[in-house]
Amino acid sequence: MTDALLKVDNLVRHFDVSPPWLNRVIERRPKSVVKAVDGIGFEIGRGETFSLVGESGCGKSTVARLVVGLYNPTAGTLEFDGIDISSGAARARNRGAQRRMQMIFQDPYASLNPRWRVTDIVAEPIRFNKLVSGDAAIRVRVGELLEQVGLSAADGEKYPHEFSGGQRQRVSIARALAGSPEFLVCDEPTSALDVSVQAQILNLMKKLQRELGLTYLFISHDLAVVYHVSTKVGVMYLGRLVEWGETEVIFNAPRHPYTRMLLDAIPDLDMSGRARTPVAGEVPSPIDPPSGCAFHPRCPLATDRCRSEAPKPVSVGAAMVACHAVEENRLPEWHG
Amino acid sequence: MAEPLLTVRNLRVEFPTRKGTLVAVDDISLSIAPGEVLGVVGESGAGKSMTGAAIIGLIEPPGRVASGEILLDGRRIDNLSYDEMRKIRGKEIGAIFQDPLTSLNPLYRVSRQLVETIMTHLDLTVKQARARALDLLKEVGIPAAEERLDHYPHQFSGGMRQRVVIALALCAEPRLIIADEPTTALDVSIQAQIITLLKRLCSEHQTAIMLVTHDMGVIAETADRVAVMYAGRIAEIGPVQDVIKRARHPYTEGLMGAIPTIGGRHELLTQIDGSMPRLTAIPEGCAFHPRCPQAHFKCHTVRPDLIGDASHSASCWLMERQASGSVGADAGQEGGR
Ligand SMILES: Nc1ncnc2c1ncn2[C@@H]1O[C@H](COP(=O)(O)OP(=O)(O)OP(=O)(O)O)[C@@H](O)[C@H]1O
Ligand SMILES: Nc1ncnc2c1ncn2[C@@H]1O[C@H](COP(=O)(O)OP(=O)(O)OP(=O)(O)O)[C@@H](O)[C@H]1O
Ligand code: SF4
Ligand code: SF4
Ligand SMILES: [Mg+2]
Ligand SMILES: [Mg+2]
Repeated sequence: MTDALLKVDNLVRHFDVSPPWLNRVIERRPKSVVKAVDGIGFEIGRGETFSLVGESGCGKSTVARLVVGLYNPTAGTLEFDGIDISSGAARARNRGAQRRMQMIFQDPYASLNPRWRVTDIVAEPIRFNKLVSGDAAIRVRVGELLEQVGLSAADGEKYPHEFSGGQRQRVSIARALAGSPEFLVCDEPTSALDVSVQAQILNLMKKLQRELGLTYLFISHDLAVVYHVSTKVGVMYLGRLVEWGETEVIFNAPRHPYTRMLLDAIPDLDMSGRARTPVAGEVPSPIDPPSGCAFHPRCPLATDRCRSEAPKPVSVGAAMVACHAVEENRLPEWHG
Repeated sequence: MAEPLLTVRNLRVEFPTRKGTLVAVDDISLSIAPGEVLGVVGESGAGKSMTGAAIIGLIEPPGRVASGEILLDGRRIDNLSYDEMRKIRGKEIGAIFQDPLTSLNPLYRVSRQLVETIMTHLDLTVKQARARALDLLKEVGIPAAEERLDHYPHQFSGGMRQRVVIALALCAEPRLIIADEPTTALDVSIQAQIITLLKRLCSEHQTAIMLVTHDMGVIAETADRVAVMYAGRIAEIGPVQDVIKRARHPYTEGLMGAIPTIGGRHELLTQIDGSMPRLTAIPEGCAFHPRCPQAHFKCHTVRPDLIGDASHSASCWLMERQASGSVGADAGQEGGR
């Protein structure tokens, strides 16, 4: 067993999205709360890549933001290399831990300062962590980083708006790498990139992992990408993990009906006429999640027990699964 | 065959920069018929978004359309005044931008933005517009749409924001939709829903769609034809099945090879080595030659135009050998339809 770099236990984050107080009173509308993350726990071993997958709005980015401290948890604990980072206060006491992590954001537009030249954007974590000293040396290092992500050193002179979407995403990857982090949280790092540049970036991330032992928390909706980069995969549904474990196990022997549904919905390049099996049913709202197992309105295996009692995760082989059908041994064979 | 709704002829977009003129789009010609989806793929930075921006008249200065023409339903729209163009935008041409922030105002509730846009283009009361806004949010798969309608953009997840932008683009039922990476942040199931929606618009309303995306699965499923761009030009254009299964341009081949698949674990993904040239320093001859495994002498000096038959063509000298004897006369133009 590898030692865990990040430990997440029973993590919860709720958002109050109630209408303004006056409207609530006049229109008699209740308070409403989004249970974006509702009790999840996992560990990431040093040098591993743990990926989160799940439908839009299931809480992946919220987990990422909790881990790097952009949100404070409503409840639960986060531990980084044995250091408690569960609250803002705990983080303030352990700034060292914070310095060892970086994040690549889902939205590269929002995360780059439009008034800074790219050189300064990428140099910022180098200066902050005092990794290289002297302007000339910093500029050389920035040039190297830009070339690593497939841009050219001369691009450093430009401003973010002078780049295409994918080029901006690469700038934010270069910036994240600039801080020489040990732990990198990547929220859809390659979704704006064409497949060839994507391959270059993912190969680079793997190389850095091999050479420097980096650890990644990785989020992507592209399951083929997840398959390639991950050591372990966690499948989220409405703020909870429903199945998690070794990549090969999740992809080759998925047990949770939701995981199976996701894998069946992958589009087919051959277009042999096989319509991919669409994921049935609508994504329920995290404001008012269904009772019992939140997946029951869409699950072909749902029973009365599923409608009333939330399943607890149990360990099956190399994975953890939260599903009554698994526990009750009434799961059909996976077509593989 | 139907008259094209959109015709782009020899479009060129330039940016004057400190290092000389940057040609972001270089001599591009294409057309889209009513009810047709043209997919556009290609290297990041190749000029896909710029082509879309030129069509809707939103190239930001100092960038400019240096030459070429753009016709909507046979009428030139590239030389219209700002006000005339604004009437067309939204009403006739709906745009889904790659950057959701350019379309959404963070300070306003989503309901307000949708209702205002709807009322600008359609003759509806506030109440009717609100009902339509709600329907649209449901159509793009936002759960609990009634409640979500009055939220601010930051209260949505990344993929939900992207869907709000799609709803905004669709609200006036435009005849042409420029969709720039509409599904990048979306998981497969929502993606399928959006694609079904776009396809329904095509078949029921004869909407024409230019779909820019990196996702070949989405292209395979949605597009009728696909254009592959590299360094500001069209490298290959043809029916989607032909381009995917029988790629003719070495860049397209490389691109197809780089698509990750599930199963067969390789340590590394296949990539095309090297990177796209800087647009201020495009090499002589074929712009792809420094990276092309099949480059030969001619490629270093003479730039190939589109060569091929009416439906499927590629700008590559290898086409000359393959198609020796067959037509290459239409070079520079998209193959006729
Ligand atoms: N600041 C916020 N205020 C209110 N609600 C929020 C906030 N941030 C996220 N949410 C809500 O929490 C839920 C989870 O959002 P999150 O961004 O984590 O989803 P996600 O899994 O990353 O989705 P996507 O794949 O679309 O990016 C969503 O319903 C979202 O609307
Ligand atoms: N304001 C600007 N000034 C100078 N160059 C620019 C400007 N905006 C874009 N460019 C350049 O124009 C080229 C084409 O950009 P475009 O946004 O069309 O690329 P794209 O094909 O959409 O790429 P992506 O897939 O990464 O979104 C890019 O190489 C970019 O660097
Ligand atoms: S617990 Fe029941 S409803 Fe939930 S996934 Fe399992 S079988 Fe389906
Ligand atoms: S023209 Fe030559 S260099 Fe260009 S793609 Fe064809 S073979 Fe390769
Ligand atoms: Mg997200
Ligand atoms: Mg773009």
